[in-house]
Amino acid sequence: MDADTLGMWTFLITEVLFFGGMFAAYAVYREMFPLAFAATSEFMNVKIGAANTAVLICSSLTMAMAVRSAQISKTSHLIRYLFGTLFFGTIFLVVKAFEYHAKYVEHLIPGPNFHPDNLAPQFMHNAQILFFLYFCMTGMHAVHMIVGVGLLTFLIIMAYRNAYNEHYFAPVEMIGLYWHFVDIVWIFLFPLLYLIGHWHW
Amino acid sequence: MSSNASANSHVHIPKVGTLIAVFVTLIVLTFVTAEVATFDLGELNVIVALGIACTKATLVAWIFMGVRYTSQLTKLFCVAGLVFLSILLLITFSDYSTRHWTYHARPWATNPSLGTSK
Repeated sequence: MDADTLGMWTFLITEVLFFGGMFAAYAVYREMFPLAFAATSEFMNVKIGAANTAVLICSSLTMAMAVRSAQISKTSHLIRYLFGTLFFGTIFLVVKAFEYHAKYVEHLIPGPNFHPDNLAPQFMHNAQILFFLYFCMTGMHAVHMIVGVGLLTFLIIMAYRNAYNEHYFAPVEMIGLYWHFVDIVWIFLFPLLYLIGHWHW
Repeated sequence: MSSNASANSHVHIPKVGTLIAVFVTLIVLTFVTAEVATFDLGELNVIVALGIACTKATLVAWIFMGVRYTSQLTKLFCVAGLVFLSILLLITFSDYSTRHWTYHARPWATNPSLGTSK
């Protein structure tokens, strides 16, 4: 029996419910203020969001390949794929930081300084709810990514020390599960936050 | 964590081709979901977006996370997670989506003066 796998999934279930609460809040407020939510979609950069989704999917592939390399005792491949995952994860976070900066410059941070251009006055109040949810959800996701980057660094150091082989690769597999889970959260965040209204290429 | 050593005999090693195929599907679906959002389909937009997201999430869990290759007990735990999530969402939505029913039945809820006059 794989106790480690079962334990990791139990932890991931608590994570599902942690993010689930925010998704529930999102759904309730989107149902209450559909027009205000749709009006904010023009402030979301769909191309950057989609590109970042692709970056995360790339990182999931390299993570899956890393686990596979550990399972067949190919340490050099393992290190290479872990670096690949770390690279894509860092790219995602850097792009996210630029997105946050753009939101700041456009006065889209909820609070007294929230006054974006081109937003109809009747939506000024309720649109802040969306941006509050946007920063909470993507922020918590980014925190998970940062934790993941730390875990990957740990794996790379241990892999350099030849800690993993076909007989012992549980840490690589478990951190892989965590990384894929964080990818799944983003898979839902992208359409719900970036694709509320309509947009054009 | 050392349980791997004993469990190693029935560890499933995924084929590289399978992983690449899942990766390509995920990238294509990301493009599709962004493309569909350029059309106005009314209510269908959010349904399609969530349908594609669920498909992608299932692919990631099923192959990348190896749910397909794990024990029945682990699969049961995954389903339990979804059941807990659906309880969270269903009870929240049934509350919020029926609040206006009670306001109809109790006019004083929206007009306080009606409740006290008698």
